[in-house]
Amino acid sequence: MNTNVTANDAAGHGTAHGRRKLPPELNIFLVLIGIALVFEVLGWLFVGQSFLMNPQRLTIMILQVSVIGIIAIGVTQVIITGGIDLSSGSVVGMTAMIAAGFAQSSTWSRVMYPALADLPAIVPIAIGLLIGLVAGLINGALIAYTRIPPFIATLGMMVSARGVSKWYTKGQPVSGLTDQFTFIGSGIWPVVIFLAVAVIFHIALRYTRYGKFTYAIGANVQAARVSGINVEAHLVKVYAIAGALAGLAGLVTAARAQTAQAGMGVMYELDAIAAAVIGGTSLAGGVGRITGTVIGTVILGVMTSGFTFLRVDAYYQEIIKGAIIVAAVVTDVYRQKKRKT
Amino acid sequence: MISPGTMAAVRASGAVPSSEYLLQAEGVRKEFPGVVALDDVQFKLKRGTVHALMGENGAGKSTLMKILAGIYTPDHGEIRLRGHEIQLKSPLDALENGIAMIHQELNLMPFMTVSENIWIRREPKNRFGFVDHGEMHRKTAELFKRLKIHIDPDIQVRELSVANRQMVEIAKAVSYESDVLIMDEPTSALTDREVEHLFEIIRDLRSHGIGIVYITHKMNELFEIADEFSVFRDGKYIGTHASSDVTRDDIIRMMVGREITQMFPKEDVPIGEVVLSVKNLTLKGVFHDVSFDVRAGEILGLAGLVGSGRSNVAETIFGVTPATSGTIAINGKDVTIDSPNTAIRHRMAFLTEDRKDTGCLLILDILENMQIAVLQDKFVKNGFVQEGALTKVCEEMSRKLRVKTPNLSERIENLSGGNQQKVLIGRWLLTNPRILILDEPTRGIDVGAKAEIHRFVTELAKDGVAVIMISSELPEVLGMSDRVMVMHEGRVTGILDRAEATQVKVMELAAR
Repeated sequence: MNTNVTANDAAGHGTAHGRRKLPPELNIFLVLIGIALVFEVLGWLFVGQSFLMNPQRLTIMILQVSVIGIIAIGVTQVIITGGIDLSSGSVVGMTAMIAAGFAQSSTWSRVMYPALADLPAIVPIAIGLLIGLVAGLINGALIAYTRIPPFIATLGMMVSARGVSKWYTKGQPVSGLTDQFTFIGSGIWPVVIFLAVAVIFHIALRYTRYGKFTYAIGANVQAARVSGINVEAHLVKVYAIAGALAGLAGLVTAARAQTAQAGMGVMYELDAIAAAVIGGTSLAGGVGRITGTVIGTVILGVMTSGFTFLRVDAYYQEIIKGAIIVAAVVTDVYRQKKRKT
Repeated sequence: MISPGTMAAVRASGAVPSSEYLLQAEGVRKEFPGVVALDDVQFKLKRGTVHALMGENGAGKSTLMKILAGIYTPDHGEIRLRGHEIQLKSPLDALENGIAMIHQELNLMPFMTVSENIWIRREPKNRFGFVDHGEMHRKTAELFKRLKIHIDPDIQVRELSVANRQMVEIAKAVSYESDVLIMDEPTSALTDREVEHLFEIIRDLRSHGIGIVYITHKMNELFEIADEFSVFRDGKYIGTHASSDVTRDDIIRMMVGREITQMFPKEDVPIGEVVLSVKNLTLKGVFHDVSFDVRAGEILGLAGLVGSGRSNVAETIFGVTPATSGTIAINGKDVTIDSPNTAIRHRMAFLTEDRKDTGCLLILDILENMQIAVLQDKFVKNGFVQEGALTKVCEEMSRKLRVKTPNLSERIENLSGGNQQKVLIGRWLLTNPRILILDEPTRGIDVGAKAEIHRFVTELAKDGVAVIMISSELPEVLGMSDRVMVMHEGRVTGILDRAEATQVKVMELAAR
C-alpha cells in the first residue's frame, strides 16, 4: 500500500496522500508555546523564578483542567455536528451527587441510603456514567426528534440537572466516600482518564464510521440524510456520548474532592466549549479535532496557572481569559478568510 | 488612477465621462492556491449591449465576473470603467460605481419585505429620522411599473417564487442606477414564460444604454439575447465575437477546443425486466396517483415544468419524503421506503437537484464526499473504516469520472460545478446501484462535462441499471431517454416512447 502511494507521488499523480498538509493544530500548538513562554519571561521579571521549570506546578495545572478536558471531548463532537451542549456543567453536579450517594463509606454518618455503605466502586461509577448517558440521551432525543434548537434543549437540561443535584440531598454535601471510589481522583489518575478518553475519541472521529458521519452531519445535514445517514439516531448517539463523558467528569470531580456538592461543575460547560473552540472546532459545524481540543484545554490550564503564578488578581484573570478566548476565535476566523480568497 | 470614491463623486455630479467601452478589463490575472483561475484575460463591454460570457465550468467566467463585481481583487491587470482605471475594494464599492451583480444564489433577506430589501441601507426617512414606509412603497411601486414587474412591494420575500425573487434582485440593481449589470445564469430556475419576461426587461435596460454581462450555459439564450459574446477556456481568453456571426457549433468548438460530434451518445441496449414499479404513488397536496415502471437498462426521462412535482416524486421514491399512499415494488416485491437509508439498502441512488443544499458536504474534501454513501454498508469492519481499500476505489472512481483536481484531499467547494457533480455521481456509483435517479444531472454544467455525464449514464444503462432522469432541458430528455414521462401540476399527463417523443408533444403534455 505504502509503496503504491510513493510510486503515485513520484509519477506526479494526485492521490489522497499526495501532499501532506501541516496539521491544523500546529498553529494552536504554537499559540500554546507562545503563551507559556510569555509566562516564563514574566515569571523571571516579576516573580524571580521559572514558570515552566516547576514540575509540581505543571502537574497541578494539568490536574485542574483534566475534568474540563473530559467534558470538552464530548462537547467537541456535539459542536462538530453543528450543535451545542450547555448542560455538561450541571450533569457534572448531578452525577457527582448521585454517584457519591452510592460511594459512601460506613465509617461516616451517611446522608443517603444508610443501608448501602461500602459498595464496591464499580457501582457508583456505573451509576454515574449511566446518569450522564441518560441526560445525554434526553438531550439528543429532544434535538433529533422534536427539532428544537440544541441551545434550548441543553439549556433546559442545564437548569433541570442542577435542580436534581440540589434536590437529591436537599442541598447537603455528600462526604465520607470510600477509598476505592476516591482512587479515580487521586494522584495523576484524572490526567490518565482524560488522555485515555482523548485517544479513544480521536480514533473514533478519525477512523470510524461514527466519526465520518459526525463530520458529514455537521457539514450538511440535508446531504447527510440523502446519503443514507440516519441523522436522528446519530445525533442521539453523539449527545449521549457527550452526556456520559460529562458523567465521567462528575465522578472524577467528586472522587478528587472526596466529597460531592450540589454546586459542582458550575460554568464547566463554558470552559469546555471554550477549550473546543480555542482548539479550532468551528461552531458552524463540520470542523474540529480532538487533538485541537486537548491543546485548547491545556491553554486554559496554562492561563489559569500562569496568572496565579504571577499573583494576578482573580477578577483580572477572568477578564483577561474572556478576552483571550475571543481573540483566539477572531484570529482563526481571520485566518480562514485569508485562506479562502 | 482615480479612486472609486472620486468616481462616485463624479457620477453623482452628473459629469460622467464617456468612452467607447463602458467597462474594460485587460491583462487580468488571478491565482488561487494551486490554480491559476485567470491568465492574462481581457474583456470589453460596450454601452447598451448584452455581452455573454461563455466557457466550461472552471474556465474562469465566474472569477472574472467576481473581479468585475469587486468580490475578488485581481493579482495583475487593470479594470477601466468608462475609460478610467479603477480598483474596486468591495461589492459595495462596485455598486456605488454603477456595477451591480445578480448572483446565482439570490442574496435577499427572506423575512423582510420586497421594498425593504430593495432600499436597504438607503431607506427614505421621514422628518423624525424614522423609515418612511409609505414613501418606500411608492418608490418601489414606481420602479416595478417601469420594469413591468407585478409583485406586491409589501410582501415578505420568503413568500416569493425563485423567479420573482430574481425580478426583485434585478429591480434592486436597477434602483442603484447601475450602468453595468452582471447576471450569473439568471434563467437556471425560471420557466419559459418567466424567461421571456426577463428578456423583455433586459432588452428594455439595454435600450437605455445599460451594459449587461450575461453568463449562461444555454446556447439558445445566447442567440436570443446576446449581442456579443466572449469565450474563455481553462482561465484563458479565447475570443470575442458578435453572436450573429457564428453558429452553435462554432461556439462549442471555441469552448471545448475540440469537436463534439455526439452530444447524446444514446445507445440501444437490451432492456430487461421491470426493476422499479410505482403504483398510485401519492404525496398529499404535492402529487397524486403517479404510476410507472422502469426496466433494467432503461432510461426513463421525467419532464415537466418547474413545480410540476417531478423532483417530489423522486424524493418520495427515495424516502426523503415518504409517500402518503401508493406502492413501490422492486423486482416485483413490494417494499416500504421510509428513509434514504432504506432506499440505499434496496440499491437505489439519488443525485439530488441542488448540489449545494442537498449534495455536497462543502467544507469536507473530495474523498470524504465520495465515500459517505457507500459507508452505509461497505468498507466498514467493526465500525472502523477500511481507509486503504476505500481510498483506492475512490481514486479509481475519480480517475474514471475524470474529476479534475490535484488530489482527493482538496475541499469540494474549490471544484467547479461540473467536477463537483462528478464527485457526487461517484458517491452513488460506489454503492453499485440498480436504480439510479438523477435530478437535473447537468444543470449549470459546461458542455464538456455534460457530454461526459451523458456518456456515464449511457454506460450505466448498458450495465443494466434502471435510470430515471429528470431534466428541464428538453433536448437532453429527448436525446437520452427510452421513454419520457411528463408531469403537470402533480399528475402524470403522459408517457411517451422514444419514437413518438418530440419537443412539441412533451411541451403540450407539460403545459396543458
